[in-house]
Amino acid sequence: MTVEFLYWEGCPSYPEARELLEEVLRGRGVDVPIQVREVRTQEEARELGFPGSPTIRVDGRDVDPGGESEPPSLSCRIYHLPNGRVSPVPTREQIEEALR
Amino acid sequence: MSLTMATEAPYFELPGVDGRDHSLDDYVEIPVLAIVWSCNHCPYVQGWEARMKAIQRDYGDRGFRLVAISSNDAASHPADSFDEMKARAESQDFNFDYLYDEDQSVARRYGPERTPEVFLFDADRRLVYHGAIDDNRDEDAVGQHYLRDAIEALLEGREPPARETPPVGCTVKWKQ
Repeated sequence: MTVEFLYWEGCPSYPEARELLEEVLRGRGVDVPIQVREVRTQEEARELGFPGSPTIRVDGRDVDPGGESEPPSLSCRIYHLPNGRVSPVPTREQIEEALR
Repeated sequence: MSLTMATEAPYFELPGVDGRDHSLDDYVEIPVLAIVWSCNHCPYVQGWEARMKAIQRDYGDRGFRLVAISSNDAASHPADSFDEMKARAESQDFNFDYLYDEDQSVARRYGPERTPEVFLFDADRRLVYHGAIDDNRDEDAVGQHYLRDAIEALLEGREPPARETPPVGCTVKWKQ
């Protein structure tokens, strides 16, 4: 299993998202290194298909496939919550679902 | 660099999503004025929008107005174009003015770094509070209502309990 964590320093949500990811991995007993990559330029965002920060992929699959098609961008990513609100970080359930 | 406390609000005249131009002078009769740097694309802004509407609704008839300004570069962030701003204001039923600072000249005078970021002015248009709307992006987890507390204080003739707090949100998207 590969777990990738892509982030852009300009959005303040990535520490919270990374902490959540680590917590979920620990909770499920998944012992794999997180491949962390900082996206620094718009060109890198295009090359990596980075739809915003943070982006988490498990075996290449985005934890929020619905948001994957957003244009590559150095910006904060929007995650839509089940209650209709939005969040700058994915939900625990989204990460857990991607790990199944 | 952001405005320092007690600085007078820099003048602006900007187009609004309502099709009218709005200047600082339009709000001269309003005792308490909040200028909030905002935008469309940012999840932090979207998370706070309902609270911005609620604050306008709760204090609008007591001498308060909230004015949102977006200065984001629409070339790098097309979701923040003026047309998209008009669409969002309509779809979200904004009850506050939403203005477009296309050349970013107003943002350069006020110096916001984040969206959302509040500049609250008293009746003399002196800056009395600068920073976050409240202390949590999650509406259910808010403990400190900085902007509401500051508005209440001003309306009651008191000093705001907090003068500066760190705004949390997306960066303002400056033109390259």
